[in-house]
Amino acid sequence: MGRQLLLEHIAVPGIETFEVYRKMGGYASVEKALKTMTPDQVTEQVKSSGLRGRGGAGFPAGMKWSFLDRKSDKPRYLVCNADESEPGTFKDRYLMEKIPHLLVEGMITSSYALGAKTSYIYIRGEYMYVLQILEKAIREAYAAGFLGKNILGTDYSLDLYVHPGAGAYICGEETALLESLEGKRGNPRLKPPFPAIAGLYASPTVVNNVETIAAVVPIVNLGGDEYAKVGVGKSTGTKLISASGHINKPGVYEIELGLPVEEFIYSDQYCGGIWKGRKLKAVVAGGSSVPILPAELILKTAKGEPRLMTYESLSEGGFISGTMLGSGGFIVMDETTCIVRNLWTFARFYHHESCGQCSPCREGTGWMEKVLHRIEHGHGQMSDIDLLVDVAKKIEGNTICPLGDAAAWPVASAIRHFREEFEYHVKFPEKVKNPKHFEIEPFVSNKQLVMA
Amino acid sequence: MAKVTIDGVEIEVADGTTILNAARQLGGASVPPAMCYYSSLKGSGGKCRVCLVKVAQGSGKDPRPIPKLVASCSTPVADGMVVQNLTSPEVLEARKGVVEFLLINHPLDCPVCDQAGECDLQNLAYEHGASTTRYEEERRTFEKIDIGDKIKLHMTRCILCYRCTMVANQLTDNRVHGVLNRGDASEISTYIEKAVDNDFSGNMIDVCPVGALTDKTFRFKSRVWFTKPMDAHRSCTKCSGKTVLWMKDNEVLRVTARKDQYGEVKEFICNECRYDHKNAADWTIEGPRHIDRHSVIAQNHYEKTDLLTLKKEIERQIEFQKGKPLPLALNEKK
Amino acid sequence: MATEKETIQFSDSALSKAKEIIGRYPEGKQKSALLPLLHLAQSEFDGWLSPAVMDYVASLLQIKPIEVYEVATFYTMFNLEPVGNHLLEVCRTGPCWLRGAEDIVKRIEQKLNIKVGETTADGKFTLKTVECLGSCGTAPMLQCGATFFENLSEESVEVLIEKLAKQKRSSYLRPTEINVG
Repeated sequence: MGRQLLLEHIAVPGIETFEVYRKMGGYASVEKALKTMTPDQVTEQVKSSGLRGRGGAGFPAGMKWSFLDRKSDKPRYLVCNADESEPGTFKDRYLMEKIPHLLVEGMITSSYALGAKTSYIYIRGEYMYVLQILEKAIREAYAAGFLGKNILGTDYSLDLYVHPGAGAYICGEETALLESLEGKRGNPRLKPPFPAIAGLYASPTVVNNVETIAAVVPIVNLGGDEYAKVGVGKSTGTKLISASGHINKPGVYEIELGLPVEEFIYSDQYCGGIWKGRKLKAVVAGGSSVPILPAELILKTAKGEPRLMTYESLSEGGFISGTMLGSGGFIVMDETTCIVRNLWTFARFYHHESCGQCSPCREGTGWMEKVLHRIEHGHGQMSDIDLLVDVAKKIEGNTICPLGDAAAWPVASAIRHFREEFEYHVKFPEKVKNPKHFEIEPFVSNKQLVMA
Repeated sequence: MAKVTIDGVEIEVADGTTILNAARQLGGASVPPAMCYYSSLKGSGGKCRVCLVKVAQGSGKDPRPIPKLVASCSTPVADGMVVQNLTSPEVLEARKGVVEFLLINHPLDCPVCDQAGECDLQNLAYEHGASTTRYEEERRTFEKIDIGDKIKLHMTRCILCYRCTMVANQLTDNRVHGVLNRGDASEISTYIEKAVDNDFSGNMIDVCPVGALTDKTFRFKSRVWFTKPMDAHRSCTKCSGKTVLWMKDNEVLRVTARKDQYGEVKEFICNECRYDHKNAADWTIEGPRHIDRHSVIAQNHYEKTDLLTLKKEIERQIEFQKGKPLPLALNEKK
Repeated sequence: MATEKETIQFSDSALSKAKEIIGRYPEGKQKSALLPLLHLAQSEFDGWLSPAVMDYVASLLQIKPIEVYEVATFYTMFNLEPVGNHLLEVCRTGPCWLRGAEDIVKRIEQKLNIKVGETTADGKFTLKTVECLGSCGTAPMLQCGATFFENLSEESVEVLIEKLAKQKRSSYLRPTEINVG
């Protein structure tokens, strides 16, 4: 097992309480930052750490912080994005549930760096029980003097609240999240202005993912340069990976960025290999939005080099033969999986989650779902496959927010890598009548079937 | 001031001007279409995506192109920016896609739609749409409802531009309708049966780019191109009283606000002017409303022209027939 | 309507909770409290939001009723029609589907003799399918009120239903402890 910077103490009994968390060295980053560093020095450490946003986009966190309008006379806000809803992603929930004080600590240290006096954690409404775990941790932090007025006797004061969403994936998009936090529909805003200039209540705002904010704790404790030594190249630090699907050991794993994908899938320290002794068919490596890759391309790049768990290695080859690290939602599929049916569930998801504000996404996501439904249920035509590719292309890049891209990429990549399987559904409608068609008879290749 | 080039033509506009408004100042064919943007409604725009354009050069200082197409209605110009609209095949392809998206769930009931002939979607589809549909799925439908005794809401035709909700928000003090539900189930509604009832609610009809909101006092009275639009005014305590009367013989079939060349109302009118003065005697009639000659509504409409102008136009055509380049028309700018 | 509205009123404890929630947001930004208040209202008033309840919330926040309707209809967690005492929401997105969510749904349909979207005649259960609940590593799963039931099998979901049937309404705010093995 590699180095653990976030989950090191996760197995310590009672780590969810302030007492135990503190005993294990918790809240040291708050003490260090508030007592020995200026806010800008904290920001500098985050910059030099090379930390990249852990929500999915991978944008350098320190740079995002530096965009915050510090000249404005309006209050500044830090909002934590705990709206984790990307299919295949459940690491933030695990972190908040098991070690809530890590997030609270990260929020205090980060709020100090950004000069926020009030901060919010926007958590998806379905995580109502996690909200209560967080609220308990916050109460404990207030009682211990780490929140509220004059924290640790300094002149820095901070109030921290948890705000529940109510069932909308789109609120994971930062401007939709801010709209929602203002009590409105989760319609993403037009940008510019960006939240750093006009975010919550039109004030300068930074929105960061749970894991990003938690990572600020080891960054301040170790120093940015020391943190940057973990990982490979521009993929510094550790990353929480949510592993799901057809593996022996689903769960959340903290890995050092740079771990080979093959080791992650097959090592007993991580996923423990494919379940039921079956073979690996495909992986969606970074949450449902990122391109799906067949086994041979997820284990090795098109150039034949071993694929690593880093931002760079996973995207090696672009969308032709690569994918993205995304949110780290690692969904594994065995040889019995029907790629079309899996894709249909994704398309249904994006159709369901489109806010409906802009036309390409509102109309296009539903169209793709309906066509996929037809193909999967044996009512498709050959022309439907190219139609899907074209509809996805017409959505991609033309919408207000990235949900359009997120809906288009899975469709485009599944057809790119598994076209034969779509054709099979059209050619042999009788064979796909049973929803578990490939469990009964794993798909191999059209050509063989035509001959048989 | 910022210099911006749109489809190869340069114009200087005030800082902060959007690409769309810069194009409108330039005029001509390169003005991107707009289905949701409405200059007099705050917060409008960005949603329909028909005005997408390519920014081939971000600015003079930073000449990099913007990787994605941008909504021209909500993207401000920068000095030295180079914009491609009709000159970009990528833009035309994307726009064709957006038009297709707007049409897949549209009922295409133009033959029985009161908006036909003055419908932005109809015009847009004619200019940018495909002649066949690739959509084989069932189309989304909603029940027709009355919102108030004067307005029919035909949600199936709606393209969700949000303009009518902005009218209610910005012109009236009590908005009772809005966008409900989400995704492709979104709809304009009052949620519970409530009438939209206030002095300016009728403007929702004028800002609607399609036939989703129509004037019940005019429904099925006449095809719009068989009416004669006349500029008229009356003295009104609630609004400017400047309207267009849509007449047949001497009967006033409909009263609307005046729209500019981009279909936008600059002076909203009150419901009293719109609904309660269907008598020509209540109005001072100024003369025929100028209708773009490409519009179907222009058929059978002859605006008065003075003989001098006519003579000059004929002389101009004669010059041309002699083999000389066509001189500028009277109202043409260099 | 007016008479109905008068009968809609938070309990004292819920009202003080509502006031505490409103206090989390800056002066004049009380609309921010809308989602938390709708959660509270749903839990207070039998698990769903009637127009009268939404109007009440609007009055608490001094906003227009339409602003509440717009929001309540956008977010899927708000029930706009009455639901059974136990709302079973089975996740059906990719990762849960890979591990047998469809079988779980089928088994519940058989056990309760209802289809997805329906409520049992005795009003005890409503069955819905929902999109990803962030529980992919413990798939298949379902949510009932504030509780996640994870790593389900066709057998354990039957046990769960039997145990829930003996309980009162599932809370939307507090998780319940039920062990289904």
